[in-house]
Amino acid sequence: MSLPNQADQGITFDTFMEGVWRQNPVFVMMLGMCPTLAVTVSAVNALSMGVATLFVLVSSSLLISLIRNLVPKEVRIATFIVIIATFVTLTDYLIQAVSLTLYEALGAFIQLIVVNCIILGRAEAHASKNPPLKAVINALGMGTGFTIGLFALGATREIFGAGKLFGMTLFGDQFQPWVVMVLPPGGFFVLAAWLLLFSLLRSKSATEGGHAHD
Amino acid sequence: MNQPSQIQTPSGGKMIATMVLVASICGVLIVGAFEGTAGAIAENKRIMLERAVFKVLPGAAGVREYAATAAGIQPLAAGEAVPARGVRFYAAYDAAGVLKGIAAEAGAKGYADTVRVLYGYDTKCQCIIGIGVVSMRETPGIGDKIITDAAFLKNFEALDVRLNSDLSALTNAVRVVKHGTKMNAWEIDAIAGATVTSKAVGRGINDSAQKLLPMLVPHIAELKP
Amino acid sequence: MTESLSQIFISTLLTNNFVLAMFLGLCPFLGVSGRLSTAFPMGVATMFVMLVASLCAYGLNMLLGYFHLEFLRLISYIVVIASCVQLVEMVMKKYSPALFRALGIYLPLITTNCAVLGVALFQTAREYDFSQSMAFSFGGGAGFTLALVLMASLRERLQLANVPTLVQGTALTLILAGLLSLTFMGFAGLGSLE
Repeated sequence: MSLPNQADQGITFDTFMEGVWRQNPVFVMMLGMCPTLAVTVSAVNALSMGVATLFVLVSSSLLISLIRNLVPKEVRIATFIVIIATFVTLTDYLIQAVSLTLYEALGAFIQLIVVNCIILGRAEAHASKNPPLKAVINALGMGTGFTIGLFALGATREIFGAGKLFGMTLFGDQFQPWVVMVLPPGGFFVLAAWLLLFSLLRSKSATEGGHAHD
Repeated sequence: MNQPSQIQTPSGGKMIATMVLVASICGVLIVGAFEGTAGAIAENKRIMLERAVFKVLPGAAGVREYAATAAGIQPLAAGEAVPARGVRFYAAYDAAGVLKGIAAEAGAKGYADTVRVLYGYDTKCQCIIGIGVVSMRETPGIGDKIITDAAFLKNFEALDVRLNSDLSALTNAVRVVKHGTKMNAWEIDAIAGATVTSKAVGRGINDSAQKLLPMLVPHIAELKP
Repeated sequence: MTESLSQIFISTLLTNNFVLAMFLGLCPFLGVSGRLSTAFPMGVATMFVMLVASLCAYGLNMLLGYFHLEFLRLISYIVVIASCVQLVEMVMKKYSPALFRALGIYLPLITTNCAVLGVALFQTAREYDFSQSMAFSFGGGAGFTLALVLMASLRERLQLANVPTLVQGTALTLILAGLLSLTFMGFAGLGSLE
């Protein structure tokens, strides 16, 4: 890390970057796998799911952080779940109001954000122990990391599986789409491929004596 | 931490008070969102429905929702549930307010999951003049030919669904036949290589028409303004 | 159009397997599928919780529909399912300690399994009646168990194989899951007769 390690309470660049890179929920922590694989058949779906999760993550972190000193320890999980479910319901209605086509493409996975382990994990591990601003920045980082991961998967699957990106055709007529990519098995394969790529990069930088960079 | 060092459980009262506080904040948020977006959602649903109905009944300009039951037909308010044993259908009118046709939903098990289609019924020729897919999870590139295959869609330019003389069932049940063997106006020429999905469409339409039309046709005059 | 019970069961068990086709319950699928001896009880416990959740959701949905409070559906589902699981756990501990020892440690984990909430949400969205809901949740649970057991057996087998270090770990598990998912696609078309 290039930044000096400040005191625990302070807000550092790492508060944000933790979720984007070091603890990326998709590629490193392997959290919230269900939406990650289910809705990433196209880049648009993946982005919208990422943004919806980001919204729930940030707003629930803010509220939980605000009331963190009021909630007795015994009922904290119940309280967190109620708060998260509220914001998910909110998101559900907002997406319906914005675009029903998108709503039907994402299907039940909007409501399933409730059981996404990232959100409850952040609430428990970070938001319930930190002041609002820090909690929000951390949640923003996590959400951004999740969105990036989803987008990487969605774009890959759309490019190979349909020959398109954001609905625009990329290749000529002779391109035969790899239909398997947009089918369920493709989700597993693409995520595996991304993980392989990362572990390849990691092993490369390790053999080159990785402390020169980073 | 300026609390006494021994472990103490908070009183039940405090726990309940916290939960009530949180629940009321959440309640206000949910109800606010529900009320705030209700208008936009209803508008979106109406636009989607209209778009779907206009696609299967070219020339239509307005849609009204009805339910057909054994006792007759009745208009439905938006979002209202269909009475037991009833069938939901949509009456489409052109710009001058003349009845253009009827649209209804059909569904049957396809290759992967239920294939749901919306079909347009023309009252004058007593035939189906268009279909559109509502939802399906068929294999891309194979099952989804039912929306793209021009030869298959040609089946639905005038698919015969006339009722028999005592108006109790279709004169000829809608049947899906092997590709290239269509002989009659009530048969559907299946897509070669996507027979299961084609058959699901045909079976769904047959089931739905057999149920809806005998209840609807005797009362069709009530739909004309 | 109504689906028969056996159609729903077969479809959720194989064609639309919860884990391999619908991507529900992936966290335990990837996390607990290391050993067969834990995978099977986990699957059975999940199936049990799914049945309870489906039962609760069915009753709750009727209640909410009666009072026209559909916008509270999600929040009440999650709270009621979580409390029901807790209740079942306590009852089980009191009356059947043997069963509790076998399944007990998995129960709290399952509450936030998305397959469980998924059962409740999907049966509502598809407007299943009581027996259809039961067939759906039973099929879903059995399908989850099947996928988990298959995966665990494969992974136990793989421990003896000589795999390049680069691929070891989650990536390998995912590729296996992808292959399993491909095989399950072969079941498509099952139940669409004629």
